Amino acid sequence: MEEKPKITVTRTRRGDSATREFSFRRDQLRAGGVDSYRARAWEAFQRQSLPDTTLEAWRRTDIRHLPADKFSLPPAGAFLDLPPVRTDLLEPLADGQHGGQIVLLPGGATVELDEKLAAQGVIFTDLLTAEQKYPDLLARLMGQTVNPEEGKFAALAGALAQNGVVLYVPKGLQVEAPLHSILWGPGAFAHLSHLLVLVDEGASVTYVHEAASPDESGLDTLHAGLVEIQVMQNASLKFVELQSWGKHVWNFSHERVRVERGGSLDWIFGAIGSRLTKNFSELDLAGEGATGRMSGFYFTDGNQHLDHDTQQNHLAPHTTSDLLFKGALKGKSRSVWQGMIYVAPGAQKTDGYQANRNLILDEHSRADSLPGLEILADDVRCTHGATVGRMEAEPLFYLKSRGIPQAEAEKLVVEGFFDPIFQRIPFEGVRARFQQYISDKMS
Amino acid sequence: MSELIIKNLHVSIGEKEILKGLNLTIRSGEIHAIMGPNGTGKSTLAYTLMGHPNYIVTAGEVTFNGENILEMEADERSRLGLFLAFQYPVAIPGVTVANFLRSAINARRRAKNPEDKGISIPDFRKMLKEKMELLKMDASFAGRYLNDGFSGGEKKRAEILQMAALKPAIAILDETDSGLDIDALRIVSEGVNTLSGPDLGVLVITHYQRLLNYIKPQFVHIMMNGRIVESGGPDLALHLEEQGYDWVREKYDDVPAGQELAS
Repeated sequence: MEEKPKITVTRTRRGDSATREFSFRRDQLRAGGVDSYRARAWEAFQRQSLPDTTLEAWRRTDIRHLPADKFSLPPAGAFLDLPPVRTDLLEPLADGQHGGQIVLLPGGATVELDEKLAAQGVIFTDLLTAEQKYPDLLARLMGQTVNPEEGKFAALAGALAQNGVVLYVPKGLQVEAPLHSILWGPGAFAHLSHLLVLVDEGASVTYVHEAASPDESGLDTLHAGLVEIQVMQNASLKFVELQSWGKHVWNFSHERVRVERGGSLDWIFGAIGSRLTKNFSELDLAGEGATGRMSGFYFTDGNQHLDHDTQQNHLAPHTTSDLLFKGALKGKSRSVWQGMIYVAPGAQKTDGYQANRNLILDEHSRADSLPGLEILADDVRCTHGATVGRMEAEPLFYLKSRGIPQAEAEKLVVEGFFDPIFQRIPFEGVRARFQQYISDKMS
Repeated sequence: MSELIIKNLHVSIGEKEILKGLNLTIRSGEIHAIMGPNGTGKSTLAYTLMGHPNYIVTAGEVTFNGENILEMEADERSRLGLFLAFQYPVAIPGVTVANFLRSAINARRRAKNPEDKGISIPDFRKMLKEKMELLKMDASFAGRYLNDGFSGGEKKRAEILQMAALKPAIAILDETDSGLDIDALRIVSEGVNTLSGPDLGVLVITHYQRLLNYIKPQFVHIMMNGRIVESGGPDLALHLEEQGYDWVREKYDDVPAGQELAS
């Protein structure tokens, strides 16, 4: 019998395989208030390597070309020499007047809060101020919902975040006027942000956070962000999060909202920017009867790559989650949505729903949609759906037969596609912003 | 006064020739009916006139008020005054009837004047309310997604509503009676009758005579194998109802399938 020849396959990587390292140093950690958390995060950052495509969560998002060694932290006052914040970002997005507004800039921040709210005990301030004035509150929040061990970028933002927002709403207080923060990230910097929110028992608030920067092609700009939110018993939070990063920005975030017994969360995402995004958004329904709704809007074009990883964790009985993410894609862009509903043992009578719908507008764009269920309880209702579809010819012909030109017909179809998301957004300003996004992307 | 003139129209889908030299002229104030068995090219005629990209005109001409429309996109033809009520209206999920109609009206206004700001909301609402009352449509209809989950009757009424709102000069109704019960048929026909008059020319395409009990044509044409083979007055439709299509088939369709008719 003839022996089969042995074949040895050598895997070679395309492009440069040089492993770049971040150039951050331990002496860049800001001292005071939260030293032990920072030290822990720094250690986690040092210990972890940059994720690569061998990790399941990163399988479809390759950051081999991330110029890690190029990123530097903005020095104090850096914003003075950079493009100023776009004025349209300062407009109220959610009904009428702001109860407070924070603008986070490279090396600075401005904070406004309605005096009445301040007198009622609302804390809404930037991270630096909070470190000096509210170390105890920070200890209740930092690292409590997102562990720096969860990833390299989580650890980086935890250790070195220069910018952030701290929001506290005291027990039982219903804050009517929405609070608004803007993270403005121009220049070739590492913008590291940390948002910390605690809505105490029985309180309610609407919080809108928007991250944006101008398109500055050729610059190496990084955003790594952490969002840690706790919605306590019977509290309620409407959280709107929009990103329109410049198309050169590498954007990474780890976000988790923990909802306690009887609490409710309405979480709205909108994403149109960045060169590459990898975003982990998690909902922990931790107490009986907690509910959470997640509504996502994304629209990519050019060479953008947006990867949204969502997780709905039902950790207690009688919890309800409802996720709908919808995305449109143009050019050679790519989106990834990876969703998971997890039902813990004993989390009976839970109701989980997730759906992701994608509309492909160009031949070369691609959407990956990966729903998932992991159910360890037996009396639950969990459903999911995922679709990737193309713009069809017949609806366009129908619209054109009524005198509507091609471009406008396409826009109508896309707006219609996103309408189920608009229906879930209780704020006219946010809907208008999304409509503007569609117009910009379609023109 | 508008005039749609179709001369020696030949149309193919892929390799297959469907229309084989069709001639017809429709003027404002006239109501024409084209009748014929299934598969004879009636809907092809409707789609071709509206400019559907799958239908390739291989010969002949179509002019609207003297202008050749065959090179025009569907939206341009519509803005000239041509309207097609679809046999199978297409669902546009997420776009409400009102939003859609406003877009269509504004597209017309902007084509005339690029600076136009569009119809005012109160004017639009008033117009829409009027037209919907005319067609006995519930006000909630305006807020529903266009044709999405509509019943057969609702779809056809929505087509006539669009016709009422867009005020075409020449309207083609493609099998508007299909899928309608007798009440819906009556409402839709009344709608068409209210809209017709000296400024509107109508081409009714139908398989059955029953629609013509409600919409009375002055001219009736019988289509067979891609051409109009008989033309006459309303009595031709009645004759068809009594006799069926067999006599037409015997008279004209004696060529084996797949072979060209001698022209």
